[in-house]
Amino acid sequence: MRALEPWVLQPLQTFLTESSARLILLMTTSGQVIAQHGFSRSFEVMTAAALGSAIVASTEELARIMGSPRFGALVHGGNRQSCMLSAFGTPRGRWIGLVVFGPETSVGIVQLFFDQMVEALVSAAPREQPAPPVLAENFERELDTSLKELFGR
Amino acid sequence: MAGTARMTAADVALERVTQVPGVRGSLLISATDGLVVAERLMDGIDGRAIAALAANLVLRLGRATVGAGLQSPRFVHLRGNAGSVLAAPGTDDLVLVALVGLDANLGLARLEMLDAVGRVS
Repeated sequence: MRALEPWVLQPLQTFLTESSARLILLMTTSGQVIAQHGFSRSFEVMTAAALGSAIVASTEELARIMGSPRFGALVHGGNRQSCMLSAFGTPRGRWIGLVVFGPETSVGIVQLFFDQMVEALVSAAPREQPAPPVLAENFERELDTSLKELFGR
Repeated sequence: MAGTARMTAADVALERVTQVPGVRGSLLISATDGLVVAERLMDGIDGRAIAALAANLVLRLGRATVGAGLQSPRFVHLRGNAGSVLAAPGTDDLVLVALVGLDANLGLARLEMLDAVGRVS
């Protein structure tokens, strides 16, 4: 498991242990990766983060058009594995969790322990000011640094 | 009948089970998803958590008994210090779950649950 911020690790580990999920990716709504477990290649992480944040943006826009509040979670059920995408608020801004799980667990269990992880993250988050937005000229360097942190190389 | 809400088979099943003395609530859940299909619970009881955990328990017990060469359980009784969780797996992936106190009539609860889940499934 890798995380850009160490306080994320404990809630994430608890979630993985309790839910038996296979993969998890935590990211901001702009697709910046915060933490990941189970992905072996940085390319997969970047693709999943980009797709996940785009899907959440689409569903939130759909909800707005329908005049309803934001959707709580989006679950795609499959035969061999399923995927859940859920956005939530933290003191560090709005984050997204992408969870992949198999038939060894259930969507109910994943949702239950995901909500508990969100509560733990909210209470563990440092209350200092969030990092300034990444500027275009620094973007590539910031991205390289994040990927090295997340994959240890 | 005008002004009267129609009760579904699930509502009728939950109504019957919750009328048993000592039963604090009952739920109809989906076993593979661990989600609530219908519920009748006292305030303060988290149906979502019970559905997820009871479904997981029933599925794992089913796998264990089948792995041991036995049939899947028809009824599960998980006894705790302050009460019990009862589960009656039906067909179509449904499980009827009841939360009962120490004072509950367990025999009657079991009979009602087995009959009710047979009518719902």
